[in-house]
Amino acid sequence: MSEVAIVGVGCVGFQPILPELSYKELMYEAAVKAYDDAGINPRKDVDVFVTCAEDYLEGFSIFDEFVPDQLGAVLRHLFTVSGDGLLGLANAHMLIKTGHFDTVVLEAHSKVSDLLTLMDVIAFAMDPVLNRPLGGHPYYVAGMEMNRYLHDACTTVDQCAQVVVKNKKNACGNPYAAYGANVTLDQVLCSELCFYPLRKLEISIPADGCVVMVLASEKVAEKLTDKPIWIKGVGWCTETPNLETKDWSKAVDTRLAAEMAYKTAKIRNPRKEIDFAEVNDLFAYKELQHMEALRLCDYGEAGKLTEQGITERNGELPINPSGGLLGMGYGLEASGMEKLLEVVLQLRGEAGRRQISDLDVGLAHAWRGIPTATGIVAVLSNVK
Amino acid sequence: MFGKKRVAVVGAGLTLFRRRLKETGKELSYEAAKMALDAAGMELSDMQSVVMGTAPDAFDGVHMKGEYLADGAGAYRKPYTRVFVGGGTGVFTPLAGWWHVASGQFDSCLVVAEEKMSSCYPHPQYAFTTIFDPITERPLGMNLIWIFALEMHRYMHKHGIKKEDIARVSVKNKGNALDHPCAQLGAKITVEDVLNSEIMAWPVQRLDVSPTSDGGGALVLVSEDVAKEVTDNPIWIDGAGWCIDSTLWTNRDLYYPNYVECAARMAYKMAGIKNPPKEIDVAEPYDPFDYKELHHMEGLLLCKKGEAPKLTAEGVTQRDGDLPINPSGGLLGVGNPIAAAGLMKVCEIFWQLRGEAGKRQIPGDPRTGLAQAWGDLMQYGSVIVLRH
Repeated sequence: MSEVAIVGVGCVGFQPILPELSYKELMYEAAVKAYDDAGINPRKDVDVFVTCAEDYLEGFSIFDEFVPDQLGAVLRHLFTVSGDGLLGLANAHMLIKTGHFDTVVLEAHSKVSDLLTLMDVIAFAMDPVLNRPLGGHPYYVAGMEMNRYLHDACTTVDQCAQVVVKNKKNACGNPYAAYGANVTLDQVLCSELCFYPLRKLEISIPADGCVVMVLASEKVAEKLTDKPIWIKGVGWCTETPNLETKDWSKAVDTRLAAEMAYKTAKIRNPRKEIDFAEVNDLFAYKELQHMEALRLCDYGEAGKLTEQGITERNGELPINPSGGLLGMGYGLEASGMEKLLEVVLQLRGEAGRRQISDLDVGLAHAWRGIPTATGIVAVLSNVK
Repeated sequence: MFGKKRVAVVGAGLTLFRRRLKETGKELSYEAAKMALDAAGMELSDMQSVVMGTAPDAFDGVHMKGEYLADGAGAYRKPYTRVFVGGGTGVFTPLAGWWHVASGQFDSCLVVAEEKMSSCYPHPQYAFTTIFDPITERPLGMNLIWIFALEMHRYMHKHGIKKEDIARVSVKNKGNALDHPCAQLGAKITVEDVLNSEIMAWPVQRLDVSPTSDGGGALVLVSEDVAKEVTDNPIWIDGAGWCIDSTLWTNRDLYYPNYVECAARMAYKMAGIKNPPKEIDVAEPYDPFDYKELHHMEGLLLCKKGEAPKLTAEGVTQRDGDLPINPSGGLLGVGNPIAAAGLMKVCEIFWQLRGEAGKRQIPGDPRTGLAQAWGDLMQYGSVIVLRH
């Protein structure tokens, strides 16, 4: 089986709003950058295109219709995954592993500024019979989960707030980040209490942007670039769509997805073998819960590590050096691609002011947000 | 360099296609998945991954419908993906299942396709008002019947095809569906019945169109090693093809589906098929409208451009003809719950190649079959080639 590498990346945004670009233009701009980075011609050199989108977030009934032209994919082999960009990566990875395809393009974007009613759309993801009639803002689910997590993991609100301080600070060094800021712990803890115990500054703010990547088989990757970033393992899992039966204290989807990815990547001790990780932090507490599910630390330990500065960019185990979703902005189905982008840039040594030294192995993680229990994990390395 | 893995279909399940008021989409998924697992003699715990195919969220009014359906499809605590390529989804879903196994990542994959259209009020057609470009097309208040009428007209004009030539497809498929236990609209009708039916948007008439429906279908896919353990009669996925054309359908000549040809060529190349009419024993091209069966036969290179109506008139495409087309009864007869309807076609080819199609069984021990679906804005083709 051929190894698979990421050989080109392109990103536009992320910005609170990109009024000068339509979603098609966003995709085009990011794609041109990625094709240029990989040195390929999309009309000749690409075997399959994978786009990741959900209809309701785009305002279409069949969004797949509107993607080929701006990617250079007319009369080519393209399909849409209704999921996060990292789930697209999982499929792109498998396609190349079949041995039938050498080059695959992966796209995900957020044009959330076109969406006037994001929270109403998210409310439409709730079970129409059992949960939706209860009404209320869907993020109450996050408040409830946070409460349960803090209780079970003996984690404090201060520790969650520290995640915000760190991530927003990291984002200041990231040109792709929309919401970098120097905030203090007090500012986070004094921000509006939205969904008890979740506070305003602990919730990622949506942003516009697009990420396109080019994946290639070993044979093609080594021809195209001297800095291929190898995909060592991908794992994904859906725990359950039922709020009533899901595990509220541990991110089971992420734990199972990580087990699958680690098995393929032959990682036995993630804490030691993974140099840095980009984990989903749609809400601040999720970063801590996800670190534990990824076995980067013990259950209940993530808050303490954060407090001790171990997860800072210059700490022993840097988490979200990009600034995470709290700093970069919540890119809807491109959220996982934001993570993946940072992992690729760091492993290539192209992260500029954010660069961490001596990196071999990085991890990107995505969670599909409220009300899902779907997690995706990818382990990447600059060593084959 | 490295070996390519083969993937086998070892079980198929299909629910009754009807307005299923008592069942949710989750339950339809469950019913089909359970039937496929039982047919394969396997358990859900044997399934390492799950792939879901289902068309617009707007039918159900559920955002992230794939997530919502996960447990019904058996994806509790499993790797799970939903793929979505409009009407092409039903045939595309097993292709996604194919690469789950062909990649070596999994030894098994449960492929489920579900559609529940009846919950869309007042009619599922309303879900399609938002498939059009919001600036250039939506203000025209278009619907699918309109645009397919344009395509049908263009096809008829280009080749000088008469309505009766096309109506024969509806007669054949609805007749075939009489033998299908899941069918919604099997009927013995005549060409005159079609020509006298209500005009929807000229030249499309009521009996040229397949009915909206609710239903589910499922397949069990396994690796070569597992296939040897569970069955003596595996059906192999030997060809996978898919293709998308430009969004700008108004800029294309609609008389011929280039994207279907492109998808077919991809699948034929993988399956090593050089002469499709000779090498394909049975085919299930997508027939949401009767002219589409003809259109797609041509796109699939099963005959020359403009020749499909002639073959139909000569009876070549009947079950006992040289090239049986839609022996199941197709969407026109069995019904059109979008993604489930596409998978129904793959199920039919599976049963035909296994010799398990009962009263629908075509004669002559078919060895190679093909199913195809079509979707998006007259823009998407997905093709699967199965072999015994």
